[in-house]
Amino acid sequence: MRARAGTARYRGPSALGDDLRRFWSLTLTLATTDFKLRFFGSALGYLWSLVRPLMLFGVLYVVFTEVVRFGDGVKDYPVYLLAAIVMFTFFSDTTTRAVTSLIKRENLLRKIRFPRMVIPLAEALHGLFNLGLNLIAVFVFVFAAGIEPRLDWLQVPLLVLMLVVLSTGVATLLSALYVRYRDLEPIWEVLVQILFYASPVIYVATAVPDSLRQAAAMNPLATILNQMRHALVDPDAPTGITLIGGWQWLPVPVGIVALIFVLGLWVFARETPRIAENL
Amino acid sequence: MSAIAPDTVQRRAGRLAAADTAVAVHGVSKSFRLPHHRYSTLKERALHPFAARSHDELRALDSVDLEVKQGEFFGIVGRNGSGKSTLLKCLAGIYSLDEGQIHLHGRVSPFIELGVGFNPDLTARDNVLINAIMLGLTRREARARFDEIIAFAELEEFVDLKLKNYSSGMAVRLGFSVAVSVQADVLLVDEVLAVGDASFQRKCFDEFDRMKADGRTILFVTHDMGSVERFCDRGLVLERGRIADLGAPEDITRTYSELNFGDPAERADSEGAPARIAAAWCETTASERIVSSLQGEDVIACFEVEFAEALENPAFGLIMRNEVRHTIFMPTTELAGGLTGRFEAGSRATVRMRFSNRLAPSRYTLTPCIGPPGGGYGTHDSLARGDDLAALLVEGPVTGGVVDLPVEVEVVRE
Repeated sequence: MRARAGTARYRGPSALGDDLRRFWSLTLTLATTDFKLRFFGSALGYLWSLVRPLMLFGVLYVVFTEVVRFGDGVKDYPVYLLAAIVMFTFFSDTTTRAVTSLIKRENLLRKIRFPRMVIPLAEALHGLFNLGLNLIAVFVFVFAAGIEPRLDWLQVPLLVLMLVVLSTGVATLLSALYVRYRDLEPIWEVLVQILFYASPVIYVATAVPDSLRQAAAMNPLATILNQMRHALVDPDAPTGITLIGGWQWLPVPVGIVALIFVLGLWVFARETPRIAENL
Repeated sequence: MSAIAPDTVQRRAGRLAAADTAVAVHGVSKSFRLPHHRYSTLKERALHPFAARSHDELRALDSVDLEVKQGEFFGIVGRNGSGKSTLLKCLAGIYSLDEGQIHLHGRVSPFIELGVGFNPDLTARDNVLINAIMLGLTRREARARFDEIIAFAELEEFVDLKLKNYSSGMAVRLGFSVAVSVQADVLLVDEVLAVGDASFQRKCFDEFDRMKADGRTILFVTHDMGSVERFCDRGLVLERGRIADLGAPEDITRTYSELNFGDPAERADSEGAPARIAAAWCETTASERIVSSLQGEDVIACFEVEFAEALENPAFGLIMRNEVRHTIFMPTTELAGGLTGRFEAGSRATVRMRFSNRLAPSRYTLTPCIGPPGGGYGTHDSLARGDDLAALLVEGPVTGGVVDLPVEVEVVRE
């Protein structure tokens, strides 16, 4: 309930607040603090944050080039594999951390008034810091593989942006729902596993059977990864647009991203007034 | 001495009456749902989509009306679960209101506790900056006021120490310093001074005084009747979400101790008791009631007893406990000779115990007891007990012990 009279001003809990600068400085503060704690908590800081995607990469690389031979005939398969893992890790890390983020910050939420949305957004920003560092490793591989810089590389920030919007939407949605439904955490872990195999991370889109290829490419994560393969790794690979069947189909993946983002905001804003008391 | 001269009180009362309203609360109610299952799950929801989930409602605040003037130091007291913190959280905008309105003039501090979000793995420096930003400063303001904050907390030497190596008192000092650096017009404080040594408590209240002089308003939740009487201009007692009393600090503390010890319902429970402790207080040798005393002065601890039955030679005792609940001092009539004589049913008596105040500066609580002849002051063997019925704040230089006995020190050179 809001009330105004003269200079009187009362605000109940809100999702975004009315001071964008405060919103941003809070988000940045929480994200950098978490990031710092992870880095300075151990001597090997940066290396540790790289270890996980690199380990996953190492295992998958050995399995899919030496054992199952998925990578045969795919140009610069290791580079693609690493780039896709790094992008997907951002999505999965951000969203799984976000699920329980409000509960983890219970102390702040119950004792201080601040825009509630800061919490899941700080998780997304924290993820973005990691993504930035991991992309350095990707570019090291890109150059090591002898891939020539191209103008198409400029598409990468745009693809990262789309990924960030998607992840942020999922993050806000899940964090708000988790306050109500506490079994969401294991459910989401399973869904992330499914998404990992449903998206072209360990395989490339052209390896999908023709009958499924277009449908599989509609998944926004797939669109992002497919386009990234074309723009960053192999100019001869089909673009994300080609794989979904042309420009006229673009509204589907983009629409899904927008829908999830708006849904996340809406659900979060709806839950905001009672988040503090339902924790 | 902390007894305020009457003319000061009147002047302050006059100034407050003329002041603007800082906080106005009209008919505010707030309920919490207490679901019968702690958390609902998606699985349940999917299996029984239309099942109404049962829950109880707890009315934490029930049509609360309240006006606090600008520059007022306002105390909020009440027993556990009476709705004090809920009221503060509603004012801070942490909880939404179910009914009613709140009008605020000026900026309200957005926090209700000190040092929220302090991270033990970070240094004091990082924690101060983060906490200041959380509490509403911009990054630049936080950096600009950093030195001030550390200086106020007197922790200059420990700036780069991780917070996990801080004592709880040091952490509270740090939290308080950050909190006062946030320029709020209305400050909400929930039980600040539970930790922290006497000299820092002093400093906190000096800071509150300075804020009041600036026309800022302080709403202060506490269980400590001593600080209510000492610092508050007015206050209220909450009981089950309703205002049980609102007014002068003396009335508030009386209502509060009645709620705690003399509640009619509770009195019915203790119907069988042969005697009851009606009130307790401390006074000076000039019979002036006090809540604080300077070390070295004589203090008289008093309590009033009502006899429901005739008693022969009951024993009277007083347990004085310090803040960490250690019994520091326990005078009894047994020590003083024993035989107290006969008290008729329906009669009243006042027990006075005069002692030279050699206690270390701290806050003490008084628990008067009536025991059977020969003594017995425990919760089970006493005839009546009034736990923490009164408090006494002792002021003076801090030396480190629990008592400061008269001492002569001599150093002899061989």
